[in-house]
Amino acid sequence: MMPIANGGRISLREVPQLPVERFREEIVAAVGRGGRLCAFFGRPAGDGTLLLALLSSGETSGLAAVSARVGDAYPALTPDCPQAHWFEREIHESCGVTPEGHPWLKPVRFPRGDVGTADFYRVEGPEIHEVAVGPVHAGIIEPGHFRFQCHGERVLHLEISLGYQHRGVERGLVGGPDRRTMPYLETLAGDTSIGHASAGALVIEALAGLPAPPRADALRGVALELERLANHTGDLGALAGDIGFLPTAAFCGRLRGDFLNLTATLCGSRFGRGLVRPGGVLFDLDPARADDMKARLADTLRDVTAATGLLWETATVLSRFEETGIVTPAACAELGLVGPPARACGLERDVRYEQPCGIYRFRQIPVSTWPTGDVLARANVRALEIQRSAEFVDALIGALPEGPLRAPTGALAPDSLAVALVEGWRGEICHAAVTDDRGRFAAYRIVDPSCHNWTALALAMRGQEISDFPLCNKSFNLSYCGHDL
Amino acid sequence: MSGYAGLLAALVLAPLLPGVINRTKSFFAGRRGPPLLQPYFDLAKLLRKGAVYSTTTTWLFRAGPVVGLAAMLVAAALAPFGGVSAPLAFAGDFLFFAGLLGVARFATMLAALDTGSSFEGMGASREAQFAALAEPAFLLGLTAVAWKTGGLSLSGMLGTTSFATWSGAAAPLALVCVSLLVVFLAENARIPVDDPNTHLELTMIHEVMVLDHGGPDLALIQYAAALKLWVLGSLVVGIALPVRSLAHGWAFAASVAGMLALCVVVGVVESCLARLRLTRVPQLLLGAGVLSLLALFIGLK
Repeated sequence: MMPIANGGRISLREVPQLPVERFREEIVAAVGRGGRLCAFFGRPAGDGTLLLALLSSGETSGLAAVSARVGDAYPALTPDCPQAHWFEREIHESCGVTPEGHPWLKPVRFPRGDVGTADFYRVEGPEIHEVAVGPVHAGIIEPGHFRFQCHGERVLHLEISLGYQHRGVERGLVGGPDRRTMPYLETLAGDTSIGHASAGALVIEALAGLPAPPRADALRGVALELERLANHTGDLGALAGDIGFLPTAAFCGRLRGDFLNLTATLCGSRFGRGLVRPGGVLFDLDPARADDMKARLADTLRDVTAATGLLWETATVLSRFEETGIVTPAACAELGLVGPPARACGLERDVRYEQPCGIYRFRQIPVSTWPTGDVLARANVRALEIQRSAEFVDALIGALPEGPLRAPTGALAPDSLAVALVEGWRGEICHAAVTDDRGRFAAYRIVDPSCHNWTALALAMRGQEISDFPLCNKSFNLSYCGHDL
Repeated sequence: MSGYAGLLAALVLAPLLPGVINRTKSFFAGRRGPPLLQPYFDLAKLLRKGAVYSTTTTWLFRAGPVVGLAAMLVAAALAPFGGVSAPLAFAGDFLFFAGLLGVARFATMLAALDTGSSFEGMGASREAQFAALAEPAFLLGLTAVAWKTGGLSLSGMLGTTSFATWSGAAAPLALVCVSLLVVFLAENARIPVDDPNTHLELTMIHEVMVLDHGGPDLALIQYAAALKLWVLGSLVVGIALPVRSLAHGWAFAASVAGMLALCVVVGVVESCLARLRLTRVPQLLLGAGVLSLLALFIGLK
């Protein structure tokens, strides 16, 4: 396998091309040693398909790339490496290659239309009933279909079918980078604009060989943590709302807005649109605004701490959160979960810590974990991260590195592979780009943390009450559009 | 003042109660909240709309709201208010009253099952389960009150509580009050049993059964729900307030104030408690049943 740094670039010729059996063995062995599949995709090569896998090793910082050329079919990795299951379904639907032995080869995004039209796993029996929810939901949320197999109130199995928002983002990025590239990335998951834009900018900078200046790295870090603060606060409020706990629900809704307004102070957009661009950032933070932000951050943090503190003090809340929607550490390792759901299983899985890039090389954030794997753990990880991120932002805006905001970007290296990992608020965001002989994107692959984590929601629901589904769902709060692309 | 004044108050003032609860919750959430009269505006709006009926439903679906409201109207005529007898009082009418609640529930559940929706089926199943546990608590509680007051009709039991009754039987009456308050919250689909504000079909109990109703049908359902809130609330207030010791006009005013205070209590409960997990609801209702039973035992002594 060929090592590649986070935010690094290698020539395509350097990526080892193995026979498919060796390719399979290498990946299974690496995952067995504690590694994880960050991205795994296929692209047409001659009359076959080139499979390319990016793994992060559990032992050292950095990633590894490996590839194999296959024909119409190859022995699936999934039976020996369950975390490949989503990627192999994606390869099957987008490249027409069959991973033989894959246990559930359903489309993930239905790019050929008829979204959601497929067989669902069924439990048979006289007292079994099926509940179908969505794709149109009662609240203002995104479309997705959930099919429950229930025995009374107990859920035996949940199958999640997505793809309703597939709009061809990855296809639209091919031929770039151009003026559309960054707006596409900023809107592919509207609540993660900074996360995806940062990953995209890192990829382009890696391909151009011109890193962003330190001040830009720092401002991206500020924006990324503000995005985390806003979303985690909103999530804790929404968790309270789902169980009808009024005070936290009411206050967190407003406080989320206060954090978004801090991002607006930084760049004029509450969601950070237009801030991150290849080579740096477009908006500077002068000392007067930095002081203003510091003061407002402290106020908002104090209110958030008080509002979320009510959750841990109220017995009826704890009884709803505790032992609801448990994901076991074994399932977490097997599925390769990322972000708060992984850290809620006690795993120290955080790109900022494991694969630091940008500002995180110089300033560390302690990894927040909780051991129990239930809704309470996922809520607690968010509450802890709110504290850590606020400390980080507070320290950073008081000590921004001097220097330019933006470095000039040049032409991209031809026939290269670049990869960037960013710890968005939902977890690890992976962007990988392959350039053609003219230095344009020949393929651009986006792995939102939701791609890894949707299956965990299905597992967490097994044996649970169906009435706890909204609460479990909110405790993961995964992206539909980030998954569907 | 005759019993018809109480009935009239129920018919006119019932929709005010959800308005008071919502305003209380808004206050605790730091919001201004909807106008107190919003439930009336909603009813007026719904009555002006048309209704949409699914082709898979039958007459049962249309009968649900009508039967539900009819049962509640009769129940309202049975419940005494302000220390005077109800227009329809007769010995043993509290059993008839419980039966009317059952009829309304049965009609709503049939209408829910008639839609064929899996959500509504789940809601009907939950409603049946929890009602089966709330009913014993309700009936045992009223039996205890009947024993203490010597009345066999709701009017005889509730219209007669005075300071003397309370000083003679404070313990059983207080236990029944708590028990009936829990039944009141459960029957009216309030937190901690159900969440009237949620949009999440999978977690609802009462709300999910009426998802397919719209327009005038929904208005009937909402009005019936407000009446139920009033009628069951008037039982709790009737036991808790020693209205017999007051002059008629004052008793009436005190009872109306008691109803509004009860709604504020509901608003406060909803502002500081989360909903129970569905599997815990039976424990709460059984607890209420045990309190009623205890009241009965203490009363028998």
